[in-house]
Amino acid sequence: MQLSPLARLALRLCTYAVIVIVYLPLALIFVLSFNSARSIAWPPVGFSTRWWAGFLEVESARDALFSSTRLAFVAMVIAILLGSMLSFALQRHEFYGKNAISFLAVLPIALPGIVTGVALRNTFVRFGWDLGFLSVVAGHATFCIVVAHNNVIARLRRIAPHLREASADLGATPSQTFRLVTWPLIRSAVAAGGILAFALSFDEVVVTTFTAGAGVQTLPQWILNNFSRPNVLPYVTVMATLVLVVSLPIAWLAQRLGDSNPE
Amino acid sequence: MGERLEQAPRVAESNRVNAGRGRPRSAFALWGLLSAPLAWLLVVYVGSLALLVVSAFFKLDDFTGKPTTDLTGSNLVEAFTQSEYVSLVARSVAVAIAATVICFLLAMPTALYIARLASRRTRRGLVVALILPLWTGYLVKAFALRAVLEPGSEYGEGGFMKNLVGWSPGFGYTAVVLTLAYLWFPYMLLPIYAGLERMPSSLLDASADLGAGSLRTFRLVMLPLLIPSIAAGSIFTFSLSLGDYITVKIVGGTAQLIGNIIERALLAPNQPLAAAFTLWPMLIMVAYLAVMGRAGAFKNL
Repeated sequence: MQLSPLARLALRLCTYAVIVIVYLPLALIFVLSFNSARSIAWPPVGFSTRWWAGFLEVESARDALFSSTRLAFVAMVIAILLGSMLSFALQRHEFYGKNAISFLAVLPIALPGIVTGVALRNTFVRFGWDLGFLSVVAGHATFCIVVAHNNVIARLRRIAPHLREASADLGATPSQTFRLVTWPLIRSAVAAGGILAFALSFDEVVVTTFTAGAGVQTLPQWILNNFSRPNVLPYVTVMATLVLVVSLPIAWLAQRLGDSNPE
Repeated sequence: MGERLEQAPRVAESNRVNAGRGRPRSAFALWGLLSAPLAWLLVVYVGSLALLVVSAFFKLDDFTGKPTTDLTGSNLVEAFTQSEYVSLVARSVAVAIAATVICFLLAMPTALYIARLASRRTRRGLVVALILPLWTGYLVKAFALRAVLEPGSEYGEGGFMKNLVGWSPGFGYTAVVLTLAYLWFPYMLLPIYAGLERMPSSLLDASADLGAGSLRTFRLVMLPLLIPSIAAGSIFTFSLSLGDYITVKIVGGTAQLIGNIIERALLAPNQPLAAAFTLWPMLIMVAYLAVMGRAGAFKNL
């Protein structure tokens, strides 16, 4: 596209401004977690590591961190299994209703979370299933399937079909072909989908709120319940920073894995 | 012109058909793969959605306050005719549209720069840098925006923006729109970027050769071709904003959106009324998806 140097400069500045806007609030939280005062006001009063030193002693925060991790892990496993199965079915077979099924897989993230959350809660309550860890897992798995599915099917589409044909021609059974040809080609995409599903589950709060009973509190819920309590506020800042520091490199790794060229 | 753009997906299509060749493609294998995910999505998810619609018609028992299976239209009448609720829904839609428009205004130039002007090496890095925050936690980001927007009060000092710019919108609808735009921006950026990257340069060159300036080329060539991508991105920014009620709690001050009403009805507890309210975002999204589908959004999801 032919653009004047001025327009190019404007677009460039706009892009870098957007990057600053995106990262500035995150950097702010990081800085504020070392604030010696119990506030998120600017500028920070002084440097202190006492909130970082003490946050693991806040029992509710520790429990929330633990239950979020457990929850995200289970949701991830279900999402990987169901999402991959769905990808293989949609990629390798032609059948009636195929488009409807692809649409169905996207629906849980295309509809507002509150619709999904209220619908699932309504079902669980009506059938007398206790709201607790398992109901949250069911809710999370529902919207995580699509993330795993998207990653795996994108990879399957990029694999040249003749590789599997060659394997069959050379006498490999379908399971050998899967184990020796297909799996090595897709495993990085499965890992990427799994990581993103984990991240999505770890982070979700709307569906969680509606499907969790009184007994379950995830980390995002803990943040939500405590951000307006001045006494706990500094720990909220620490927890938020912790999530940032852990999730950014992991998400970066997932991007790398998803993009890696398998052949 | 449109033909050319369609070529790339068609190649993929033919690969997919070929992919089935040379192996047993039995219905047995297909059902083995499809049954579990389909059962989950149909029974757990679609089943719940259907039940939700039905339970909007259930009557609350006057005595126990629990939903019965007696049918009544009063929940729907309440949710869809009371002017308080209707104006709340209109406000929610306005907030979702505003957030979507801001996302577009930021994503369009950014995607244009990354896809068309940045060098190949920086391109990848820029995309990843802008997509990564998507995975860092919704609540963390909403909380971060609270720290930025904090207007200060008699109890405490103002936040980052107040001190640096000397002004902050404070907690309210403006803050909600800004925060939602901040949260969902990558969903708009990604499809527009992908659309721009797929666009053949020859079209833009042809437009320039025929004497169109860059603005004209943008308006008459680029933008029409990007409509499906923009529609796809807007589905996410609009839907996610429409159903949001957490952001409202964090930076909204006294603001209220559909989500807050649904939550309030659920906690009351009045399950059927909550279900009736939930029909609002459901119907709005169905209508929105239908319109965006016509604009070609599903090819880009």
